[in-house]
Amino acid sequence: MNMVPGLFNYWVAVLLMMAGFYVVIAQPNLVKKVVGLTLFQASVFIFYISIGKVSGAHAPIFIEGVTLYSDPLPHVLILTAIVVGLATTAVGLALVVRIQEAYGSVEEDDIEAKDREQNDEGDGGGP
Amino acid sequence: MIDIVLLGFLLLTAIAAVCLRDLFAVVMLFGIYSFLAAGLFMVLDAVDVAFTEAAVGAGITTVLMLATLRLTGRFERSPRPLRLLPLLVVAMTGAALIYGTLDAPLLGDVQAPAQQHVAPRYIERTMAEVGTPNMVTAVLASYRGYDTLGETVVIFTAGLAVLLLLGITEVPAIRPGRRVIDDQVVLHVIVKALIPFILLFGAYVQFHGDYGAGGGFQAGVIVATGLVLYDLVFGDGDAQLVVPPAWLPRIAAFGVLVYGAVGLLSLLQGKALLDYSALAEIPLSGQHLGIMLVELGVGITVFAVVLAIFYAFSGRRRQS
Repeated sequence: MNMVPGLFNYWVAVLLMMAGFYVVIAQPNLVKKVVGLTLFQASVFIFYISIGKVSGAHAPIFIEGVTLYSDPLPHVLILTAIVVGLATTAVGLALVVRIQEAYGSVEEDDIEAKDREQNDEGDGGGP
Repeated sequence: MIDIVLLGFLLLTAIAAVCLRDLFAVVMLFGIYSFLAAGLFMVLDAVDVAFTEAAVGAGITTVLMLATLRLTGRFERSPRPLRLLPLLVVAMTGAALIYGTLDAPLLGDVQAPAQQHVAPRYIERTMAEVGTPNMVTAVLASYRGYDTLGETVVIFTAGLAVLLLLGITEVPAIRPGRRVIDDQVVLHVIVKALIPFILLFGAYVQFHGDYGAGGGFQAGVIVATGLVLYDLVFGDGDAQLVVPPAWLPRIAAFGVLVYGAVGLLSLLQGKALLDYSALAEIPLSGQHLGIMLVELGVGITVFAVVLAIFYAFSGRRRQS
C-alpha cells in the first residue's frame, strides 16, 4: 500500500482538474467558467510541482554542503505560467465584460436565445 | 502530513466553488484556493512558485474577478438540472487520467525520470556557470532565457488585448471629502503606512532574486499590488495621478525592449542571443549583469501590464 501516499498528490490534482473541467463544460455562467478554467490551471501547476519534488531535498537555492535539491525546472515553468495565466485570465474576463455589454447577460442560454432571435429577424427580412 | 491536509482543503474549496451560485462567494473561495495552493508549493520546496501564486492568485486575480462581478452581476441564474452527458465525460476523463498515474514514479522518488535528465546538470553547474545561488533564477533568466523572453512578450500582448477590449477611461481625481469610503479612517491610515513598505519589499524581491526566492515576475506583481491597494482605498483618480494610465503601455513596451536589447547586445559581441557572458570581461560578472537587466525588464513589463489591466477593469462603468 506504499502506492497510495506516493500517488495521492497526482490523484488530488486530477480531481481538482475535473472539478474545473465540469464547471467549464456544464455551467452556463461565463464568469464561473473563467473561475473553472483557473481552477483547472492551478491543478496543472500542482501536478508539475509534485513531479519536481525530491523527498529529503532542499529548495533549489544553493547552500554550502547541500547536494540534494528539488528539481528547479518545473518551478521555472510554473512560475512564469502563473503570471502568463493571470494575463490570459484578464483577457477572458475582458471578453466576458464585453459580452455583458453587448448582450446584457453572461448566461449562455440568454446569449444563444438572443443570437437565434437576431438570425430569425434576418431571415424574415430576406426574400 | 501537512501536504495531505492542504490537498484535502483544496479539494473541499474546489467542490464548494462548483456548487455555490453566489459568484462573490465563488471568487472568495478561489482566493482561498490559491492561497492553499501557495502553501502546498511551499511544502513541496517550490519557494519561488509559492511566492508567485500568493501574489498573483490570492491577490490580483481575485481583485480582477471582483471587478468583473461589479460589471456583470453577483448571482448566477438558478442552475440547469444536472445533466448526465457532461458528468459522464468528466468522470471518464478523470478515470483515464488516474489510470495513467498508476505506474507513475511515486512522489519524491530520486530515481524518477524527471530527476535524471536535465535537472542534475542545472543543479551541479549553476554555481560554476552562472554564479547565482538561486537556481530557479539561473534557469529562468539564463539557461532558458529564450522561454522567458517569449513569456514576457505574451504578457505584454495579453495586456494590449485587454486595453483594446476595454480601454482605460481617465477618471478625474476626486478631491478629499468626496471619496466613496472616506469614513473608513482606520483603512486610510493603515494603507498609507503600508504602501511604502510594499514598494520597498517589491524592490527587494526584484534585486535579491539572484540570491533568494524572488525575481522580476514576483516583484512586478508586488509593486502593482501596492498601487492597486492605493487605488482601492483612495479612488481611481488619485491613483492615476501617481501613474497616469497613458504611460502604462509605453512602460510595458520599454520592459520588453530592455530584455530584447540585452539579447541583441550579446549577439553584437559575437556570442549567441542572450548569452550574457559576452557582456563583461569576466563571464560570471557578465551573467550577473545580464540577469539583473533581464529581470528588471520582466519586472517593468509585468508591473505595467498588471496595473493597466486593473485600471481597465476598475475604470469601466456598468452599462444598463
